[in-house]
Amino acid sequence: MDDLYREVILDHYKNPRGHGVIEDADAQAEGLNPLCGDEVSIYVQFADDGETIDEVKFSGRGCAISQASTSMLMEMVKGRTAAEIAELPKEELLDEVGIPLTPIRLKCALLGLGVLKVALHRAKGTPLPDEWAGLDELDLR
Amino acid sequence: MAVTARPASLDAQKLRADFPIFAQKIHGKPLAYLDSAASSQKPRQVLDVLRDFYETSYANVHRGVYVLSERATEAYEGAREIAREFVNAPSAREVIFTRSATESINLVAYAWGLDNLGPGDAVLVTELEHHSNFVPWQYIAKRTGADFRLLPIDDHGELRLDALDELADGVKVVATNHVSNSLGTVNPVTKLAAWAHEHGAIMVVDAAQGAPHHRVDVQGLGCDFLAFSSHKLCGPSGVGALWGRAELLEPMAPFNLGGHMIRAVRAEGTTWGELPYKFEAGTMPIAEAVGFGAAMEYVSAVGLDAIAEYESELAAYALERIAEVGGITCYGPPADRRAGIVSFNVEGIHPHDVAQVLDSEGVAIRAGHHCCQPLMTRLGVAATNRASFYLYTLPDEIDRLVDGLHKVKKILG
Repeated sequence: MDDLYREVILDHYKNPRGHGVIEDADAQAEGLNPLCGDEVSIYVQFADDGETIDEVKFSGRGCAISQASTSMLMEMVKGRTAAEIAELPKEELLDEVGIPLTPIRLKCALLGLGVLKVALHRAKGTPLPDEWAGLDELDLR
Repeated sequence: MAVTARPASLDAQKLRADFPIFAQKIHGKPLAYLDSAASSQKPRQVLDVLRDFYETSYANVHRGVYVLSERATEAYEGAREIAREFVNAPSAREVIFTRSATESINLVAYAWGLDNLGPGDAVLVTELEHHSNFVPWQYIAKRTGADFRLLPIDDHGELRLDALDELADGVKVVATNHVSNSLGTVNPVTKLAAWAHEHGAIMVVDAAQGAPHHRVDVQGLGCDFLAFSSHKLCGPSGVGALWGRAELLEPMAPFNLGGHMIRAVRAEGTTWGELPYKFEAGTMPIAEAVGFGAAMEYVSAVGLDAIAEYESELAAYALERIAEVGGITCYGPPADRRAGIVSFNVEGIHPHDVAQVLDSEGVAIRAGHHCCQPLMTRLGVAATNRASFYLYTLPDEIDRLVDGLHKVKKILG
């Protein structure tokens, strides 16, 4: 329990990094987890090379786990390329979140990453790896 | 109807000893199971019947000419008679076993709706519905070209009967739950049924949440179909029932097709069996139906009036204690007009987080949309927390819920 809402999670939840909207974003997607009503929108702006993530923001509402993990994701992906993020294994984010998660909460924790991959897929045609097939309960609109 | 005396108070502490699940600890703490609206726990009396049936009487029902099949058939049909009595149906041939209350409603929506609805007709359901009594009607209305309408609720989560008349044009089906699984609202089914019949519509009642907690009398309610299920009523999962008026069931086409529901099968065509078998295709959940019968006997022996009164007292106590915490919004009607269900939100804290912290205290509640997304939209929330009670719930568990809510606010507030 004390693990689950450890200080770093609560810090990201209460002071989310990269919270906001990028107008005229280069890549954008919204996702909804119908199990609990978590909503996340992600906005990406690329650097001049058109590949490197220069700025990334998120908006939405949801539980502490979904909001904190998306906040951590924002810090993790800045400066990396779309192709790198398309291949980013979910374990890298989960390690950062660093708490044991039940299957239901796993969907919360991975909502932001799924939405980001969809945004990049739409903007750059980067692949959506098979491993996301297990997340098909997420309504990635 | 005879006037019933005030029911004797129910001894939850004593009944609790019937439920083996409470012997365990969760996270080192006693289990406070406050999610009976999602599914109930099972008493030893039901578990014993299931085990005994499998050990001594199990075979496929009907048609078998050997002893075991006769025994199994007797137990299965015995459960049907218990169900008939449980909802005060005139005849056991009007009681159909299904896989769930959801399947019961789908049976009516498909088998009655497809042949009786069309353009110019309307289906009226309520804003309080569980998806099980919403989605099938929305779908069948769309398939048949009928209009699909919603009876709104007021800010207490109670049906706005004053809005009925403006929704009456062409109405052929009125569908409502008996008790709202989200808010605990006890709906005025008798009034709705009278209104439906005045307008030439049939009245369909989803009693999945009502039947385990309130006395259900299909003749008193004046409805045409009533769906309920076993798993919320101390019985096994996987079985439900539909009661329907014989004069409506008889002309209806079958729903599931296959073995046992036939009279004669020829290459040129098939004729249907009699009620209720016309609607029971394939091997039914036999042992589950027998267990369902045992569960109905169990809750009847406890007394449905006593259960309803006890849960209403628990709801009143919970509303009062939760209000003391501060910063919490409760949804639904006042305690004297609700069943043992309390839906609430803690200001600024997502229900998932509330439920997770409560779980660490051994308190199990539900967090989510409770299969009622249109209702959540009406309430303007994505999800709520819901604590729900049954005959084994103790006031002490509500105290532990409240203590847990203080902890939630301390950690996440």
